[in-house]
Amino acid sequence: MNRFDYVRPNTITEAVSAAAEPGAAYLAGGTNLLDLMKGGVTHPTRLVDVSRLPGLDRIERQADGSWRIGALVRNADLAHDPDFAKAFPAVAEALLSGASGQLRNAATVGGNLLQRTRCSYFYDPASACNKRTPGSGCDALGGDNRLHAILGWSDGCIATHPSDFCVPLVAFDAVAEIAGRSGTRDVAVEALHPLPGTTPERDSVLAPGELITAVRLPATANAFARHARYLKVRDRTSYAFALVSAAAGLVIENGTIKQARLALGGVAAKPWRARSAEELLAGARPEPAAFDRAARAALTEAKPSGDNAFKIELAARVIVRALTLAAAGTPDRVPALPASPFSSHAGAALHA
Amino acid sequence: MTLSISLAVNGERRDIVLDDPRVTLLDLLRERLDLTGTKKGCDRGQCGACTVLVDGRRINSCLALAVSHDGAAITTIEGVAQGDHLHPVQAAFIAHDALQCGFCTPGQIMSAIGLISEGQAGADPERIREAMSGNLCRCGAYAGITEAVLEAQAQLAAPKTERAA
Repeated sequence: MNRFDYVRPNTITEAVSAAAEPGAAYLAGGTNLLDLMKGGVTHPTRLVDVSRLPGLDRIERQADGSWRIGALVRNADLAHDPDFAKAFPAVAEALLSGASGQLRNAATVGGNLLQRTRCSYFYDPASACNKRTPGSGCDALGGDNRLHAILGWSDGCIATHPSDFCVPLVAFDAVAEIAGRSGTRDVAVEALHPLPGTTPERDSVLAPGELITAVRLPATANAFARHARYLKVRDRTSYAFALVSAAAGLVIENGTIKQARLALGGVAAKPWRARSAEELLAGARPEPAAFDRAARAALTEAKPSGDNAFKIELAARVIVRALTLAAAGTPDRVPALPASPFSSHAGAALHA
Repeated sequence: MTLSISLAVNGERRDIVLDDPRVTLLDLLRERLDLTGTKKGCDRGQCGACTVLVDGRRINSCLALAVSHDGAAITTIEGVAQGDHLHPVQAAFIAHDALQCGFCTPGQIMSAIGLISEGQAGADPERIREAMSGNLCRCGAYAGITEAVLEAQAQLAAPKTERAA
């Protein structure tokens, strides 16, 4: 790990000012940043410790029915907040599908949104990586790329965004509140992570020094609570990043889907909202044929970036299964091992 | 850059001067406070051997900067027994043969203590396994670990009079 200066500001204004300097990085839970620093992947010269900034650790239901989650709320605390989990079950399910008990106790809401890709070439300073070292090339192209992107990738970068939490946030139109030197602004979580194009080093649309202070879920997202699931398929039962995941939410009235929300994880450099699938589902009956049509629509533009053509078919099946589970109704409690073939949860479909 | 921090480690106040902000909580415990029960496995948050409780919550101490935890209460494996009287989780690990080489055991036990106090797993072995998935055991003692956690949890939940009997 390189040497760095450590500063602990007392206010958001102080933090933004301290982090606007070149080479500065924010430290909150540290679960991603310290790992990257130990691996020599990132070399911040100043850490701005925001973990004690006051007022950013609250989960609040607003008068208009929307919810505001402070950026320093720990992943575990949000997932286990009974009122929040009842209002946004797919978000709680996604949080509990990610990382381990220890990491969820430390990792924050804001940090989760800004975590870096888990592409092994990004993590290996001896490999070429345009995201880590712009212009150096991409060793993942033609390398070990079974886990890489099938949507939105470029010849410059085929990495995926690793977050589970962000997938239902994008599905349900969450907004990030951002503080910067010139004031505050809102950015839709869907617009937070740009596709790689020719500038894969750009992980988010945040300007230097900008700080995520909260995430808001709109009141409209509440409507999906009775039919909302997050389904994550991975190489091992627990404590692994997604091969493919899906957040699905439905509003069903009189046997017909009135509204649908669908987003995918593990398929692109950003959580992938599948609007064409949502449009097909609206007005349809919640049946396998409709789910299959939606899945095909969501993946029309998917193409393998290497040895990962299987992820396209897998994604289609994960979408169908997530929609099927959502249509069946949100369970009272998140299953112990969602999506695992080892789950003994009654009624769980075992194979994607 | 010199930084002073104060921690309550296993109930004892420790005032520490750090000459470098890079020191992790794990390295501080092992190298500065001679509490080597907490193990350094991967040092990257993947194995759980370094699990400690910070203000009662289990975390990976390898991914925590000591300076960032100024003022915190830290509990390590050295702090869970009462003299010669083992913590119920420790006793259950012995009773269920929940270890072989023992390297991961301090982290497993601290994680189990944290998991039990979180109160989310109940008596469901699947939930116990899921909640313990951040602790790897290369000897493969998982079956015994799950049994040990279940038993310790039941014992800790039992009324105190029953436990004394």
